[in-house]
Amino acid sequence: MDLKELSRDESRGMTLIVKTISRLIMSFVILFGCFIIIYGHITPGGGFAGGIILTIAYVLLLLAFGGKVAMAKLSNFWASMWDNIGALSFVVIGFLGMTGGYFFLNFLDHGSPGHLVSAGMIPLCNIFIALKVGAALYAIFIGLSVYGRIVTEEEK
Amino acid sequence: MLSHTSLYILDMALMGMGVYALIAKRHIIKKIIGVVTMEYAINLFLILVGYRAGGIAPIEDAQISAADLAARAVDPLPQALVLTSIVIGLGTLALMASLAIKLYEKYKTFDMSEINRLRG
Amino acid sequence: MIAIFHVLLFFMIIGSAVAIETKNMLSAVIAVGAVGFGVSLLFLFLGAPDIAITQVIVEILSLIILIRATTFADNRAVERKIDSFATITGLFFLGFFVMATVWAFSDLTPFGEPLMVVSQRYLAGSSAETGAVNVVAGVILDYRAYDTLGEAMVLFTSVLGAFVILRRRGKKPLDEADTEQFGIISD
Repeated sequence: MDLKELSRDESRGMTLIVKTISRLIMSFVILFGCFIIIYGHITPGGGFAGGIILTIAYVLLLLAFGGKVAMAKLSNFWASMWDNIGALSFVVIGFLGMTGGYFFLNFLDHGSPGHLVSAGMIPLCNIFIALKVGAALYAIFIGLSVYGRIVTEEEK
Repeated sequence: MLSHTSLYILDMALMGMGVYALIAKRHIIKKIIGVVTMEYAINLFLILVGYRAGGIAPIEDAQISAADLAARAVDPLPQALVLTSIVIGLGTLALMASLAIKLYEKYKTFDMSEINRLRG
Repeated sequence: MIAIFHVLLFFMIIGSAVAIETKNMLSAVIAVGAVGFGVSLLFLFLGAPDIAITQVIVEILSLIILIRATTFADNRAVERKIDSFATITGLFFLGFFVMATVWAFSDLTPFGEPLMVVSQRYLAGSSAETGAVNVVAGVILDYRAYDTLGEAMVLFTSVLGAFVILRRRGKKPLDEADTEQFGIISD
């Protein structure tokens, strides 16, 4: 689905200006979220903040273009699926630590502190936590804005 | 005036505002606002307790070694607990908001005493 | 520095008072947003950049949720008459609460001198034991990963609760209008 064509469509969502700005900004927001997630063990940030930034990118899409376009990009089924994938992978990493002795053991090589590939399982955990938190909050938001809509008298 | 517990007391006054909104207000959204205010106050209190005067953020870099951190940094443990607590707060806020929307849909009002009267 | 903390906390108390007492719900919600950004600024000054970032972003999302829950409704009828008993009770408990905290906090360690018994070990050993230079990331994902697992579970439960409350499917059979109007995919 092409967002550029959709932003010409005045019938749904907000005005052309809002749609164009949010179409241009959304990819940068996603990029910033990925940066926050991947560098979470070196700089401030991490999985929680980065996951919510990813959610905000999709919420921007949802607010500007309306629920149908956002759900075509990432439907509620796939949102709950990413949620499950993130949570299950986190638990699986915890159980893989059992190979070294106990639950959530940091079993990978720690590397040299301060580099991007270091700290063993912590970057992986950050990514899975971000998937989990981001997809869960996006699912809540779909629930609030699409399912939770009040049916007014005119629409009936 | 700026005694060693005055910040704690101001923070608890903020929490008291939340308690007041929860007790005295009848609007459901006002009650939710009260809960959110209480949550801010509690998170802030945990961070205030862990603050070290003139402390730095608990992040190592080229200039600051681990021994430096142990001598100068603020307490990282409340930060880790509050980090999870903030995200949980967002989840519970969404749950409360959806409950409020459903109540409005059923009773066509946000007034708590009105809802009690309509049900009885 | 400590004066800035006091000023910010006064700002937040005034903001929450505006949020609680104003008649217009939209300004109440925006005042709560101002309190949240004040909290985030204070976190930044208190040496906690991780939670400052998280608080800003969570604040944006919760503002959207609260505005979403507020603006469609007719709010004029509420708060027209003041319930005096509830107001007096609330003010009494507010005063009681502040008095109790003044008494209780006299035994707390002074501001700026934390105990840090466990945290000394985390601070000194994080980069050597976990490899993470950000000590907070080391604590939440290595030393205390159980907390994060529990957090994930609580978040999952709240998502489940919101969906169960908000769903329309299951109460009556879906027809064409539901799919058209609300975008509910039939399966």
